[in-house]
Order: sequence, then C-alpha cells, then structure tokens
Amino acid sequence: MMKRSPLVLGNKTLKDVTDDICAPVERFPSKGWVGMFLGAKTLLLFYIGILASVVGVGIGLLGVNSPVFWGTMIVTFVFWIGIGHAGTLISAVLFLFRQKWRTSVARTAEAMTVFAVMTAGLFPLLHTGRPWLDYWLFPYPNQRGPLWVNFRSPLLWDVFAVSTYATVSMVFWYIGLVPDFATIKDRAKNKLRRTVYGALSLGWRGTAKNWSHYEMVYLLLAGLSTPLVLSVHTIVSFDFAVSNLPGWHTTIFPPYFVAGAIFSGFAMVVTLMTLVRIGFPEFKNYVTLDHMEVMNKIIMTTGMLVGYAYASEFFIAWYSGNQYERFVFINRAFGPYGWSYWIMVSCNTIFPQLFWFRRFRRSIPVMFVVSILVNIGMWFERFVITVTSLHRDFLPSSWGMYAWSWFDTGVLVGSFGMFLTLFLLYLRLFPAVSIAEVKPVLHVGYDDKGGHH
Amino acid sequence: MAAKYTKGIAGIWLEEHQILKATRKVRESGFTKFEAISAYPIHGMEEAAGIKRSWIPYVAFTMGLAGLAGGLGLTYWTSAVNWAVNVGGKPFFSLPAFVPIMFELTILLSALSSVGALFYACGIPRMDPPVIDPDLSCHKFAIFIPHNDNGYDEAKIESMFKELGATEVKKTEY
Repeated sequence: MMKRSPLVLGNKTLKDVTDDICAPVERFPSKGWVGMFLGAKTLLLFYIGILASVVGVGIGLLGVNSPVFWGTMIVTFVFWIGIGHAGTLISAVLFLFRQKWRTSVARTAEAMTVFAVMTAGLFPLLHTGRPWLDYWLFPYPNQRGPLWVNFRSPLLWDVFAVSTYATVSMVFWYIGLVPDFATIKDRAKNKLRRTVYGALSLGWRGTAKNWSHYEMVYLLLAGLSTPLVLSVHTIVSFDFAVSNLPGWHTTIFPPYFVAGAIFSGFAMVVTLMTLVRIGFPEFKNYVTLDHMEVMNKIIMTTGMLVGYAYASEFFIAWYSGNQYERFVFINRAFGPYGWSYWIMVSCNTIFPQLFWFRRFRRSIPVMFVVSILVNIGMWFERFVITVTSLHRDFLPSSWGMYAWSWFDTGVLVGSFGMFLTLFLLYLRLFPAVSIAEVKPVLHVGYDDKGGHH
Repeated sequence: MAAKYTKGIAGIWLEEHQILKATRKVRESGFTKFEAISAYPIHGMEEAAGIKRSWIPYVAFTMGLAGLAGGLGLTYWTSAVNWAVNVGGKPFFSLPAFVPIMFELTILLSALSSVGALFYACGIPRMDPPVIDPDLSCHKFAIFIPHNDNGYDEAKIESMFKELGATEVKKTEY
C-alpha cells in the first residue's frame, strides 16, 4: 500500500491547531504585514482616484475607441473572474473528489475567490460609462412601460452568472467560517473581540445534530458550486463566442476559458500561499511543500490544456478555410500586437513546463516566479483575445490600434491594490486555514495514530 | 431568535474515541434529547448518536426546481408576453438563450435556501448561547443531557459519565 505523506506536519494536537491558526488573528500585526498593508492601501487609494476620474470625466479617459471598443475594463474583468475560479475549484470540486489536502488551502483560496470576484465585478459596472444607471441591468418592474432587459443577450447572462457566482461563493466561504468564528469567540480575551466574533459566529454551538446538517449543506454547496464554476466562465466566454467576429466566434471558447481560469487561479493561489508561508511561518506546517507541489502539478496540467487550445485554435482557423479567420490568427502572432501573443504563449505554455522536474515543483522561489509569469501570461491572453480580434476585422478601412492611456495602466495596477488590501485584511481578521476542517485530517499519514489510508 | 436555556448535566471528554463510545452508551441508556458537542464533525458520530440523515437536500431540490421554473417563467413572460421585442429576428420565446438564466437561478435559489434551512435546523443566528466550556470549540468534547430527558437522574448520569472516562461533570444550562 502506498504510504500517504502527512497533511499536517509537526505532530500537532487539536489544541496546537487552534493555537497556530488563531495566532495571526490574535497577536499584534508584524512590521512586514503593516508595510505590505500600507503599500496595498496606497495603491487602493490611487485606484479610487483613477476610477473617480473615469466616472467623473468619462470613459474617454481610457483608450477604448473605434475600432477597439472593449479594452482594459473587459480584459481585466475576465482576468479577475478567472482568478476566482481556483478558489471554488479547490473548495468545491476537490471536496467532492474527497481530496483531503484541500483543507489547508481551501479557506484562503475561497477568500481569494471572493475578493477577485469583487474586484472583477466593478469593471463591467464601470465600463458602461454611466455606472449610476447600472441597476438597469437587472429585470426589475419599472415605470417606463413594461421595459425589460434582453434575456437573449450574453451580456445579460453574464449579469446573472457573475452575481450568482459572487453570492454563492461568498455564502460558501462564510458558512465554512462560522465554526471557526465560534472558536475565536471562545478564546477571546476582550469584550469587543468577543462581541464581534460572537456575532459573526451566529451563535454556532457545534452539536452533533448541527454538524450533521452542516456537513450536508457543505456538500450541497460544493455540488452546486461545481457546475456554477464551469458555467460562469463558459458564459463569460459566450460574451465573445456568440458574436460573429473572427477570433471570437469559436466553439472551443467555453472549455478553453474554463481551463485558462483554473490555470490562472491556481497560479494566484500559489503566489499568495508562498507569501502567506513567508509572512506567517506557523502555517508552513499546514500549507506544506506537498500542498504546493500538488498545485504546481495542476498548473502544469491546465497550462498544457491552454497550450493545446492555442494550437487547436490556430489549426481550426487554417482548416476552416475562412480567410478572415485565417487572417486574424496570423495577425495575432505576427501583426502589430504579435509581442503580446508571444508573451502569452511563452508565459503560459513554456515556463510551467519547468514543473516536470520535482526539484522545481518543490522550490518556493521557482514556483513563485512561475506563478507570477502565469498570471502575466493569462492577463495577456485576455488582452490578445479582446484587442487583436477587434483592431483588425473584415474591412481594412476600419482597422486601427488600441490607444492605451495611462488611465488604463492605472485601472489595471490599481485593481491589485483593491484585491491585496482586502486579502491582507482577511489574513489578519479571519482564520486563514479552516480549523474545523484540518482537525479531522490530522492523523492522515501518521500510521501509529490509526489514520485512514 | 431569543435563547431558551435548558438546565441539565454535561460531561467533558478529551479524546475523540471516548466521546464516540460515550455517545453510543448514552443513547443506549434511553436518552433521546442529549447533545454531543465537538469542535469539528466526528466520523461515525451520526450513527453513535442516532441522528437521521439531514432533510435539507429536499429543500435544496425543491427550491432548485422553483428557481428553474422561476427562471423560465421570468424569461418567457418578460420576453414573449409582457414586452415582446424583435431582436434580430430571434424568436420571442428563445429557449436556448434562456437556459443560462434558468440555470443560474436554479443554483442561486437552491444554494441560498439550503443555507436558510441550515439556519433553521440549527436555530441560528442565536444571540450569545450559553457556553458549557470554552474549550469545546477547541480540543474538548462534551455530552449534555437536558433535565427533561427520559429517566433523567443526576447522580446516575454523573456516575455513568465518570465511568465512561469524563474528566469533568458539571451541572449547567444549554
């Protein structure tokens, strides 16, 4: 029988687990955390300024113009929505597959999902140019006669998909947190902490009957989130695929987008987890090198799926015999935006191949660099899809270039400020590893304690 | 929800296998209203405590169907009945285009209703419930038998708890 390696190192007792995971929440923040938080917060303030200008002055501050009407806002929206997918994948799909290693990383990955979806959600709202009218996106009874939204539009499917995804992943995350909030409340030394975490824990008591219902709901949410994850990025891909534009109008888009989303999401989990391990050394026993290695394997696998999609897109463009389709792909690789295509290809298909080697899969510096490269590559993938298809279509007379402005840069860079601020606050205020889920898997890999194999 | 506290007696254990054994024993002794408390779900506890399978999936399924029907109803009524707009010659009742909406509403209603059902089943949110021992959400386990359970006898229960390896027995409310 194959021996399992322990999921939690250091022969922890139940009390050790609680102490370790609650420690970052209960102690005074470190200088490193404060430094990073101030940096992220400054970036967030800059972002708020940029967005205020874009809303106040108008969408014309960004480079979108004829013929490229979709730019940074949509590119970055798809990027952030994609980031979110790994969180739900780890928490839901791996839960259904009974992958016990997920317990150590699920909480933080879900937090990443929630914050990434919040970051993403702003973009479609702002790119309308009149965000104060965004409530028009929802089918509500109104006074303008029976004027309803157009349910035949993929952009409206997106409204439903993204808002459902945001709601369900937030609920899933929060339900997972409830028993852990109760733990922090019970350990609280002052009244404020006790009251706040007491309210967050909803008065959870942890009786056997409660746990029985709780586990069932967790299973149901995992079962419901799994198709939801696939549907969200499928529907995001419909925004493109349902149009008739060469380079967008392809049937490969749904699975290709989903694979890319998982790919970029896992890369972001690895980036964040390497940082968490540095910032909170006690988590090294919970988020072990084995965990990181498994995620790197997933990055490599999905990276190859994405690479396959690039190749098959190219092949089908040639095989279709459609001259516009052929042109778009040759233009993507060798046209004026060829550089972005090659950044995408090298970051997404070449660098992850390093993970064939066990030494690199288990090296923190290597995986950190590769995960960042993957995220750069995946942003460029969305850039390539959006901009290169739009800038040259059927008529050479309507060709043009995307007039990238520094506001575009501000929107892109600033969005990281929002995401990182939320994430850093989460690390300080919430237990970053699920206490109640790690405890039952403590014995895995330790034979003498009667662990399950 | 206002808390209603029940008086009773609680035993506290330090090991997972002991609480499982104790729970089985308590159930076999004829108690039905007892609660076994732990910081995490214990494998085999449902069987030991005689807990029936949760009814929440029925809620999730029913509400999922309601979401599906609601999604169909909404899209059909708004697009084909109340305000039928011809969009590029597409049919008013464009079922394939309505599938994403129906799907998302199925998931949304099913997920939210199952969480609502969990709240109902567990009696939460609840303001400041009594805590038998703060370590119960960390590394200790407890069984609480309320005073109105069948054959409640403090002395007997206390000796039973002690026999089963409880490190502490206390009169409390829950």
